[in-house]
Amino acid sequence: MIRVQDPGLETTVQDTGRLGYYSIGFPPSGALDSFAYHVGNALVGNEPGAAALEAVYLGPTLEFTVDTVIAVTGADIPAFVDGEEIPTWESVAVSSGSVLSFGQLRAGARPYVAVAGGIDVPLYYGSRSTYTLVGIGGFQGRALRAGDELALGADARDPKAGRRLDGADVPVHPSTAEVHLLVGLHSYRLTEDSLARFTDTEWKVTPDANRVGYRFRGAELEFVPREQPFGAGSDPANVTDCGYPVGSVQVPGGVEPIVLLQDAVTGGGYATLGTVVSVDRDRLAQTKTGDRTRFVPVDLDGALEVRRDRLGALDRIRSALT
Amino acid sequence: MGSHTITSRTPGVFYHRPSPDADPYVTEGASVSEGDTVGLVEVMKTFHEVKADAAGTVSRFLVENEDEVTIGQELVELET
Repeated sequence: MIRVQDPGLETTVQDTGRLGYYSIGFPPSGALDSFAYHVGNALVGNEPGAAALEAVYLGPTLEFTVDTVIAVTGADIPAFVDGEEIPTWESVAVSSGSVLSFGQLRAGARPYVAVAGGIDVPLYYGSRSTYTLVGIGGFQGRALRAGDELALGADARDPKAGRRLDGADVPVHPSTAEVHLLVGLHSYRLTEDSLARFTDTEWKVTPDANRVGYRFRGAELEFVPREQPFGAGSDPANVTDCGYPVGSVQVPGGVEPIVLLQDAVTGGGYATLGTVVSVDRDRLAQTKTGDRTRFVPVDLDGALEVRRDRLGALDRIRSALT
Repeated sequence: MGSHTITSRTPGVFYHRPSPDADPYVTEGASVSEGDTVGLVEVMKTFHEVKADAAGTVSRFLVENEDEVTIGQELVELET
């Protein structure tokens, strides 16, 4: 069992997400930085899909009541067991009574804690991921609090300390992240200049950045004037309601674009100017308020190639860690 | 006499007061003990108290009310 001494900030149980319910308004939830989450599970010898903990900015302080194996991945943050710094991106044995704690974040935004066997919370619609907005999944549908006790799963495939991710595969978290953007859906609503301005601008992450989405500041965008169609309302930033892909970009009022993440609003009436390639959401998840982001346009073939490369690398890493 | 700087543990928006109508937690010249609250940082719609991690006298604020701050940013200078 894990006893939560200090919850950190918005620490939640997450797995690969709750897929298949988007059409009824359920976003997938799940780990925002999918790479860090999957590598964490591989390091501790879990089957892919075991639930882990995701925190943001401030790591939690956790006491273990059993001997087990853990791995800290994701953000660049010092981690300690009983006050001794431990390596990250490496599996570490902890004893019953040991306490995991964190120092001040150096880069990135979200640390992950994987534990042998995974965090054992009830499956809700096929997933252990927490969706805090409506209070479902994870540990009682909410972020952790001091005093919470988390059960651990018993089905770790091969828990072992000392498994380490090759240094060349450890992601760096630059203060200006680059993410690939597939332009489309309603990009025709922006003037040509504005669409170019969107991809030329270094956007700054505002304090409004969470698991639902990230809001950015940096430029103003203009829409092509038109007579609005039925159902679209009078604001030129609006279209007739439609579904929003996870990773899609809306620009309410032409200022402060929003990129939707794993707890996305599933649909609405803002023009969608493009969608961030799924594997690049990992990079967005490791940016924080004040960091900058550039959106690099790709076509569909380019987007599929980015995804294929990144998932291929994850497969290679997984096989190397068995 | 030395000096000590209190830094932010999270990015967010800094506030001098617990609520818009309240008095500031501390003002320049005030003496604080370790653990006293000297401000708030709002992040992800939650408010985190900034605590003095040393005792001393507030010599100056290094950020304005409602400034956006980053992790490790210097917020308050103390004379210790």
